[in-house]
Parts: sequence; structure tokens; C-alpha cells
Amino acid sequence: MSGLRPDLAVIAASVAPGARVLDVGCGDGALMAALRDGKQADARGMELDPHNVAVCVARGLSVIQGYADVDLSFYPDASFDYAILSQTLQTTKRPDLVLDELLRIGRRAFVSFPNFAHWRVRLSLLWGGQMPVTRLLPVAWYETPNIHHVTIDDFRTLLVARGVKVEEAWFLTGDQRIRPAAANFRAEHAVFLLSR
Amino acid sequence: MPTAELLTTSQLLELSAPLTLDGGQSLEGAAIAYETCGTLNPDKSNAILICHALTGDQYVASPHPITGKPGWWARMVGSGKPIDTDRFFVICANVLGSCMGSTGPASLAADGKPYGMRFPVITIRDMVRGHVALLDALGIVQLHAVVGGSMGGMQALSLAANFPDRAAAALVIASTARHSAQNIAFHEVGRQAIMADPKWQGGDYYASGKSPDAGLAVARMAAHITYLSEEGMHEKFGRRLQDRSAKTFGFDADFQVESYLRHQGLSFTDRFDANSYLYITRAMDYFDLAEECLGNDGGGRLADAFAKTTARVCLVSFDTDWLYPTTESRGIAHALNAAGAPVSFVELSAPFGHDSFLLDVPVLDRVVGGFLSQ
Repeated sequence: MSGLRPDLAVIAASVAPGARVLDVGCGDGALMAALRDGKQADARGMELDPHNVAVCVARGLSVIQGYADVDLSFYPDASFDYAILSQTLQTTKRPDLVLDELLRIGRRAFVSFPNFAHWRVRLSLLWGGQMPVTRLLPVAWYETPNIHHVTIDDFRTLLVARGVKVEEAWFLTGDQRIRPAAANFRAEHAVFLLSR
Repeated sequence: MPTAELLTTSQLLELSAPLTLDGGQSLEGAAIAYETCGTLNPDKSNAILICHALTGDQYVASPHPITGKPGWWARMVGSGKPIDTDRFFVICANVLGSCMGSTGPASLAADGKPYGMRFPVITIRDMVRGHVALLDALGIVQLHAVVGGSMGGMQALSLAANFPDRAAAALVIASTARHSAQNIAFHEVGRQAIMADPKWQGGDYYASGKSPDAGLAVARMAAHITYLSEEGMHEKFGRRLQDRSAKTFGFDADFQVESYLRHQGLSFTDRFDANSYLYITRAMDYFDLAEECLGNDGGGRLADAFAKTTARVCLVSFDTDWLYPTTESRGIAHALNAAGAPVSFVELSAPFGHDSFLLDVPVLDRVVGGFLSQ
């Protein structure tokens, strides 16, 4: 499963073999293909961009063009072992509701997102006084799809408020996994495995 | 660039058993005209059935015998094309009720006279029953895929829902799981135009040497409008005048769009039977997959219609298609999802309205080729 984005590699390594998986915001299907080929998973996807959907279909993947904010409601309860939302939470209109939907559809959910409290982001704001443009957040504020920036601590607060259990969490800088200590300051992005 | 002509075979299958129809009647001695292309492999696992649309026919990849025009999906079907005849054995059958060789209202009944309006009203599922009889005759237990656009997509859906073992995959393009009130309304305009033509003669016009061409042409004109997008029409015709510099203050075809529609209507009558148009539009109007599979009291949950469907399904819609808009395909995708079937859905951007599935849309080629290559 080499060649996967670091957060996807973490998820791919952690999914149980043969699982039923829904990848929300599946992009070109890289994770789904890895799960199908490496874990014999029954992987389904949802993706906004029609060109990405076409790429997925051509890879033999089952992907529905749709919006996480709208189209998740059409999936039955507990129809998947895992619902995955990688680098997409911060682009949704209502991340809290999307999180609820993930845990309704999937028995467990993987959520990964760029951490807006990473020290580089903080420095950029503190010294530059401007919205940061970094490796993980490469697009200027006016055209970024990231409409709900979130920090690791913000996310944990939401989880507590929603009564969501953290089964496991991974913190990454580049493709290196780091220890959880001061993750909100040190991690560029985070991956959570959640359940109700 | 000239391309080598595709080797196709046209055949006629006379069904030995009567077909039991949804309307309660039974059709004796029905025939199915079909064309094949490519080679069926020894274990008969590489067959693709292509289902044609309302006014289509079995000439999917070879020139039409009346108009001489290339096959209606020649851009999609052939050697090295998205539906690759080097790899697949492609079958396209004229639907029941049509007029290109399969049994329809213009065919002779047992008394040696054309059926006319004595032909039983058929449904999309009846057409599919004809296809399944053809597969039985060819010894094909399971299709690699069933593929169709528009009414062809309805047949593909009906086959996947009613005969779930017969296709490993279904590709449904620019279609719907049921005809809307607007769809039915447009068809009714067409049918009334035909029946208002005095030459229709209650449908018994075959011996008279006069057929309701004027009515059929109007029906085609009305329908043709629904196949185009407003934007596409505007770009193609605008308000431009036809071979004249000023309005005539009369009722000639002043505008290019009028001239175009008149031509479409008239040329259609050369190749299509008016009664077939009545019967096939009726079949489309009756189509409601949830009702077809679950009965009138089934509560209409489309997901339940797909309860036994194991086929991979791919649905494609076009953003400018207002006849069978994206919401229809998306709804089918949601229903298949709820039923647990492996389903893909994508809305493609193309300027040609409903007709986009027949025209040059490169991304459609990639989706079709990619989906079928699995």
C-alpha cells in the first residue's frame, strides 16, 4: 500500500480484512483500490468531482457522485463496518452533522483532517497576521474548499459533546507518525478512529 | 479517415414458446430481429446486450438498411472502442412492438393481416422478456453486461431487477426508473398527433397505401425538442432565418429551427411505423420499476425492487438532460445503495441535452469503457 497519502496509509493499515467500507470524499479512489486489493474489502465511495468519479469507475470501483452534506442521509443505518472521511471534514457545511451521519452509517468511522493549531499555522497567524498557506493548506483563504478549519482540540471537544468514543488516534507530521504529547501543537494532521 | 467496416450479423429468432405479457395476453409466434458483432467465447461469458431507445433499432454498429446512416452507436461499439468487439460479443435486438423485424403492430397476425391496434399493449418488461428469450436461444446464461441509454436504460434496469441472474453488470445512461407526468404528457401529444391524422384510420392503414405520416412527423417534432437542451438549440439555431433574409409574414419555415424540426419529422416517417410509435411510447409511460416489481400495493420503494440484484450497476446522467434529469439517476443510485448493490453514479457535463448519450462526449467513453472492462 505504498504511495498512499500518509493519513490514507494509516487508515489502510488499520482496516480489518474483508470489511465493508464507505469512503466519503474518495477522490480518485486510491484508498478504495488499496483496500480492495490489499484487504479484500468491499469498498464503496462518494465523491463530488465527476472526473474523479469517472476515474474511479474506470478502476472498477463503485462510487456515487454526491455531497457529504446531503447524500449520506440515503444510506441505511450500520450498513458499513467503517465510514471514512479523509481530509474532507473541513470542507463540509456542517461537520457536526456529517460526523453524526458517519457514525450512523458505519459502525466505526475514520476521520482525518489537517490540524489548524499546528505551530506553523500559529506562527503564520501570529507573525504574518495572515491566513496561513502551508503544505497541507496550500490554497489562499478566498478559494480554499476548507470552510471549517478545525484543530485537534476543537475536534476532541466536538467528540465529547456528541458522546463519540475515540478508539484510536494517530498524529502525523509529513509522513512521520509522532507521539500524542502536545499533538495539538506539533501534529500537521490527525487521524481518528471513532465509534459510538 | 476511413475505418474498416465492422463485421456484423443480422438474424431473426422465431420464438417457439408464446410470450406471456404483463397485460395478461400472450403473444404467439413472436420474432426477435437482432444483430451481433464480435465472437462469443467458449464459455459464453463475454456477451454484452445493448438495448436501444424508443426509435432505435438493432443496427447499433452497422449502417441502417433504410437510411444508410452509420449504426446509431457506431462511435461507441467496435474494434478498440469503449464497447470493444475484439473482446466482447455484442448483441442488439429490436424491441418487441417495433418495426425493424421484431414482431410489432405492423407484423401479420394469425389471420394473415397486420395486427394494427389488435397488437397487445406491451411493457418494458415484456421487451426484456423478449431479450431473455433471445439469450436462452443463444445459450447465454449470464451477460457480462446489459447496456442501454434512455428507454434502453429502462430495459437494463428492468432486466437487472426482474432477471437478476442474467447480467453481471448493468450500465444505465440518461434514463429513469419511472416515467414522470411530464414524460407521459409529451408522449400523449405525440400519440394524439398520430391518432388525429385521418390517414391513421384507427390504426388499420397498412392496406390502404396511406399512412399517418403527417401525424407521426408532428409526434417526432415534439419529441425531438425534448431530446435537446435549450442552450444547445439556441447555439445551433438561435433566431436565425432559413435561406432568407427577412421574415415572410407567412407560415413557411422562416426559422432554421422550424426547418430543422420539419426535416426531422418527415425523414422519421421513412423509417418508422406510426403504430409502433404508439405502442412503444405507451410501454415507456407504463414503466415504473417499483410498481413493476412490487405491484401497486408495494409502497413504491424502489430499493425493494433491487432486493435480488447482485449486478454491478453504473448510472450516468447529463447535466443538460431535462427529459430524464440527474435527480432520476441519483434516486436510482440511492435505491441500489440501500439494497446493498455495488452501484456507481456520475453526472457528466455535456451540452447536447438528452441526446448526449449518442453524441461525442469523451468522458462518457471513458466511463463506459472503464466500467465494462472490469
